[in-house]
Amino acid sequence: MVPLSWYLMLAAALFSIGLFGVLVRRNAVAILLGVELMLNAVNINLVAFWRYGDVTSMAGQVFTVIVFVVAAAEVAVGLALVISVYRRRNTVVADELDMMKW
Amino acid sequence: MTGEQIIFLITAGYTLGSGLMVVTTRNLVHAALWLVATLFGVAVTYALLNANFIAVVQIVVYIGAIAILFIFAVMLTRKDLRDNTPQMNKNWWVGALLAVLTFAGFAFLLQGWSGFSKTAAAIPSEFDAVGALGEALVSPNAYVLPFEVASVLLLAALVGAVYLAFNKK
Repeated sequence: MVPLSWYLMLAAALFSIGLFGVLVRRNAVAILLGVELMLNAVNINLVAFWRYGDVTSMAGQVFTVIVFVVAAAEVAVGLALVISVYRRRNTVVADELDMMKW
Repeated sequence: MTGEQIIFLITAGYTLGSGLMVVTTRNLVHAALWLVATLFGVAVTYALLNANFIAVVQIVVYIGAIAILFIFAVMLTRKDLRDNTPQMNKNWWVGALLAVLTFAGFAFLLQGWSGFSKTAAAIPSEFDAVGALGEALVSPNAYVLPFEVASVLLLAALVGAVYLAFNKK
């Protein structure tokens, strides 16, 4: 049987990889890819705590489903913003989108 | 070492390896395809945790909808895919250091927690997890309000996305 610690470590590692992607990538779409990895790490934690806690209490799975919904909303709005910015400024590099920088 | 542990280790290595490819590969179309591989590994992890419904939803919603949306967005903003421009910040090592420190912090905090190496109890044979999840999502005594709020959020987000991406000319 796999102990809970293995799943928590997998989730922590996946979250750190996503954080690295968000911090270092220049392309706005690639930054959103990193955010997806972080959301998936959170979901692994939620499902692992459901399985290793009280199985008859469905809170872990319910919140996983809600994270799916939030991830879909985040991707839809984020990519719409990226496409809109690309149409006006002809770039999706986050460094070059500095028109609100004082 | 039992069979389940071996399957977990293979899945975890595959997931983390493709996750690293997502954040390091230069070509963004390849990064989106590596994201599909990572999401599939996470779905296998859900199946290992006996969350069968969540595993199927992961494949249908994440791979079928979200990853495809990413590939569309990459192709619509294609000009910046030239491989001769750097894909990472100049001081990328700061980000790498922060990510490693975050992982070390998680590991340190979790080591000190008493439930860290807990093992799972067997699921009662008559327990229907999918039915219980469905009832929990629509039962007024459980999570019907968060569920409805999430659906309104998704509707508002999609209306906003259509408005933002709409070409007014």
